[in-house]
Amino acid sequence: MAKQSNEAFFWMLFSAGGVVAAMLIPVQLFLFFLAFPLGWLQAPGYDPLLALVRMPLVRIYLFVLCSLPLFHWAHRFRYTLYDGLKVKHLTGLIFVLCYGGAVLGTVIAAYLLWTI
Amino acid sequence: MPTANPETTRGEASYTPFHPRWYRPHVSVYWWLGEWHYLKFILRELSSVFVAVFVIETLFMLNALRDGPEAYAHFQQCMRNPLLIVLNVVSFFFVVFHTITWFNLAPSAMPVRVGGKRLPDVLVAAPSYVAWVVVSGFVCWVVLR
Repeated sequence: MAKQSNEAFFWMLFSAGGVVAAMLIPVQLFLFFLAFPLGWLQAPGYDPLLALVRMPLVRIYLFVLCSLPLFHWAHRFRYTLYDGLKVKHLTGLIFVLCYGGAVLGTVIAAYLLWTI
Repeated sequence: MPTANPETTRGEASYTPFHPRWYRPHVSVYWWLGEWHYLKFILRELSSVFVAVFVIETLFMLNALRDGPEAYAHFQQCMRNPLLIVLNVVSFFFVVFHTITWFNLAPSAMPVRVGGKRLPDVLVAAPSYVAWVVVSGFVCWVVLR
């Protein structure tokens, strides 16, 4: 599917997403999806959180946090499907679904963060 | 597999009484279950699924924040669902697994030499872990202050 020349580009996205995911997702996931729902820590109220999210730097941070890890996922998941499940014959379809998903997530993130 | 000229291949085969079988090892779909190294590889690759799950949850959170206090309260209520808590506990272990394997790859991907000697892997990976702790602490401080 992807030509040799494209492969480096996708690998860079994969690599950048891997770094972002490694550095930021554990703490983000722990705070917002474990500690706050379980009441381990006092969750910030609606207004302070919205004010925080509306700060330009935080918008950029959240955009990067959402977008790059999706491209990381797309790269890993497509090779997992190729090698793990041995579905090399569906290469084109898998490529479109994985990167299409990453692009869609990126567009949604951009839209939400722009209009929030 | 090398592409042989079909003419000669067929020709040879017809003159060989004991034609060798083609070497085509059969690999099972579950080839990665047998050995810890292979399983670890697949688990590492699968961690990307939980990375995607986290992003989707975050997008839902941003959408709720955008829609107003009631939508956000509803989102918070949804996140207390035991099934989602279980999913997020599993996700947490997978993303930490991703972090550890990612940082430990760095010494192999980029060997650092000092004075002609290769630095021990631990020393190359260590700064990543330090940065991880600092960044995580900073995010906590910004969110919780």
